[in-house]
Amino acid sequence: MSFLETDFVDENIIVTNVNDLFNWARLSSLWQVGFGLACCAIEMMATSAAHYDFDRFGVIPRPSPRHSDIIIISGTVTLKMALRIKRIYEQIPDPKYVISMGSCSNSGGPYWEHGYHVLKGMDRVVPVDVYVPGCPPRPEALLEGLLKLRDKIKYERVATPNK
Amino acid sequence: MKTTVEIFEALKTNFGEAVELYPSPEKPESVKVTPSEIINVSRFLHDNEAFLFDSIVLLSSVDDANGTKVSLPDGSFDIQGGTLSVVYHLESISFRHKITLIVKTDRANPVVQSVTPVWNGADWHEREAFDLMGIIFLNHPNLIRILMPYDWYDGSHPLRKDYRNPEFYKGMKVN
Repeated sequence: MSFLETDFVDENIIVTNVNDLFNWARLSSLWQVGFGLACCAIEMMATSAAHYDFDRFGVIPRPSPRHSDIIIISGTVTLKMALRIKRIYEQIPDPKYVISMGSCSNSGGPYWEHGYHVLKGMDRVVPVDVYVPGCPPRPEALLEGLLKLRDKIKYERVATPNK
Repeated sequence: MKTTVEIFEALKTNFGEAVELYPSPEKPESVKVTPSEIINVSRFLHDNEAFLFDSIVLLSSVDDANGTKVSLPDGSFDIQGGTLSVVYHLESISFRHKITLIVKTDRANPVVQSVTPVWNGADWHEREAFDLMGIIFLNHPNLIRILMPYDWYDGSHPLRKDYRNPEFYKGMKVN
């Protein structure tokens, strides 16, 4: 709430501008499509669980892409799965964001050289906003990726859409 | 409990020239069977009261890479001639004995009888051998690709030694 200002004595009135208001609303409740593919999914589940809570940032897992804002692609992306991910990504309503979690979806991971069935990086199919490196990244690393995404959303402008 | 040599003796009386010890009679590690007789040998081993091999533990394919290497201008190579092998590991739960069967087929036209009618567990293993090595199994109930996408390029089998990645697949850069 640091960039919404209180101007009046009555605390229920807040004066701000449209950009800040929209950005604050969007970054405070990023609902994610529960999309875990491989080992990184376990770290994502650990991040959502009690110790490194995701819910305190407003991120709750939703079963359908139509209800969500963000997709965290965690795990190895095969060629077969990449076509399905593209379809799910197109089903998320705007404004939508993509976090690529782990080495496999950043750039192919340990399968970069000989993997005949692995897509070497999710950014060959969908536009990625934040890359979180690690194999798998620790929950704190995924949380930092989420904070970087929130910083990115904070400076958007309503007049020019983000994509 | 029977050893490989005892089982081989019984097979030899029934199938004659189609079976032999592999790699040699001095080192009887497994039994080599011709590709067309494998279904009869399997049925015999499965049904016979003395052996009762009721469980297929593993079916895998091997690229022997024993043909001639033809070098191509861009540094890669093709292998022509030679053999591909299919290895069957069988086990009997009642008698607790095991045996390994090997089938060798030509690389140019790899065709083997499927053992799915005898052991249902061989179904997906044979699909994997077809997908990744290109060995065609006759009388298989559903011989389609299992790991690569269903419309992957024909004749492109990743686990061969002379496999090269294609450039693009449906607009995605593969390399």
